[in-house]
Amino acid sequence: MLYNPHTDEERREMLEVLGVSSVSELFKDIPAEIEAPRIDIPGPRSELEVREELKRLQAANEGEGLPLFLGAGAYNHYVPAAVSHLVMRSEFYTAYTPYQPETSQGMLQAIFEYQTMMCELTGLDVSNASLYDGGTAVYEAAIMAMRATKLRNRVLVDEGVNPLYRSVLRTYSGNLELEFVEVPHREGRTDFEAFRRLMDSDTAAVVVQNPNFFGVVQDFSALAEAIHELKGLMVMAVNPVAAAVLKSAGEQGADIAVGEGQPLGSPLFFGGPYVGFLTARQKLVRQMPGRIISETVDREGKRGFVMTLQTREQHIRRAKATSNICTNQGLVALTACVYLALVGKEGLREVAVQNLSKAEYAKKRLSAVEGVRVKWDAPTFNEFVLELPSDAGRVAKELVREHGIVAGLPLGGYYDGMERDLLVCVTETNTAAQIDAYAEALGRVL
Amino acid sequence: MIPKELKYTESHEWVRVEDGIAVVGITDHAQHELGDIVFVELPETDAEYGAGEAAATVESVKAASDIYSPLSGRVVEVNEALEDSPELVNKSPYGDGWIFKIEISDPSELDALLDADAYAKHIGE
Repeated sequence: MLYNPHTDEERREMLEVLGVSSVSELFKDIPAEIEAPRIDIPGPRSELEVREELKRLQAANEGEGLPLFLGAGAYNHYVPAAVSHLVMRSEFYTAYTPYQPETSQGMLQAIFEYQTMMCELTGLDVSNASLYDGGTAVYEAAIMAMRATKLRNRVLVDEGVNPLYRSVLRTYSGNLELEFVEVPHREGRTDFEAFRRLMDSDTAAVVVQNPNFFGVVQDFSALAEAIHELKGLMVMAVNPVAAAVLKSAGEQGADIAVGEGQPLGSPLFFGGPYVGFLTARQKLVRQMPGRIISETVDREGKRGFVMTLQTREQHIRRAKATSNICTNQGLVALTACVYLALVGKEGLREVAVQNLSKAEYAKKRLSAVEGVRVKWDAPTFNEFVLELPSDAGRVAKELVREHGIVAGLPLGGYYDGMERDLLVCVTETNTAAQIDAYAEALGRVL
Repeated sequence: MIPKELKYTESHEWVRVEDGIAVVGITDHAQHELGDIVFVELPETDAEYGAGEAAATVESVKAASDIYSPLSGRVVEVNEALEDSPELVNKSPYGDGWIFKIEISDPSELDALLDADAYAKHIGE
């Protein structure tokens, strides 16, 4: 797109037509107190100077290059060099989902492959072309469940679901007629009894996460059966790396699986752009949000790819569309696709097993420090909760300041009464030496 | 094709009354305008609708349109054959392509519907 700013001459002509002498006269009816404040921006600088300034700012990031034991929804996995090389090819380099099949066969095929991989990881039948991120994917799944159950308006959400995802649910649904009921966890696990008590014929869905925010792995099959008896649905948020070794969402009876796709080949990126995925059972396909790419044949019988079931979408169904999402995180979804294709089935399993076994090693080492224990005796994936003898926020701060270790997420800000608890994440990028150093430093700051 | 014995709405539904039950579908004109129907979203049995409320949706290749309940009442039956064969709406709009049946709660609402001549005029035939 061409972008030509107006010249002074053009501005003068426009003002003349409008019959005002200046731009500020044009806006004189706007009260001064709501005018945008003046921002004092320094004058232009050379490219070299700007680059130096940005380098200086980057170097000021304290976390840069430190051993990282922080997860909580965003995971520091190794990204093979080929991933960024491939996704930065100019043919692919757009965030938009292209929908002109005559010009975009390569991209459409890549998205089709991405969808196929997501279906395999989650054990479900159909996938869309991606959503914004894990949190919005959980929201879309909840709304999708409401539509599929003919506007039942109650959704039960496990407190083990990422607190940020639950906050997204609340924000998105603030003005909608639907009720989110949060079901408190019990010792880090889902309170299945409470779910049974709260489920009724108005419940569109139960929303759970596996592994949950505390890293705990559970089998939700019985919960799925119970909600299905009431003709409601089960939505499960999953970690796509853990999915390589766990019983899949589909096998556990989930009707919709969602999650954050960042662990698949994207760096932490300081919080985004990330990508949400959403897969579901075939019978729910018409209630799915977002784009879906399908395989077809052209009139010569050759394989090709097109957008499909577009009548769900807002450019056709307008206000009654399944969602207002259309353009989305195409490039990050492509990254997930490239990453998965590169590491392959065995590679992803290897990554998952390394995460699991390194996290178990860290559990052993860290809980050996005096006064420290693993809070709950539960199977976990690459995260677990450590209970410390004193305030976790203070300990984490000291560990990063004095020992250069990013120790994890203090849970006090997210769960009542968990001020001494620290959520620790270990991925394949953490070495045994890092874990040993962490244990030693922890012993010193306590 | 506008059968004389049916009642119509301006939004192109037709109604056939059989023993206090109204059978509802869309007119031949409507199916023709929509083109190939690929999906019909049926209402739930037992759902209640007021006259003029959206009860079902038909999708053609390029559009999705609401089907409004011509009368107030409770849905007693839906045409499940449409789940696998939505094209019945194109092939037989007044027969096998019916969409749902409702138990009429207020028979006087029938008077507000169009007869065949009025509907023909409405669509300019």
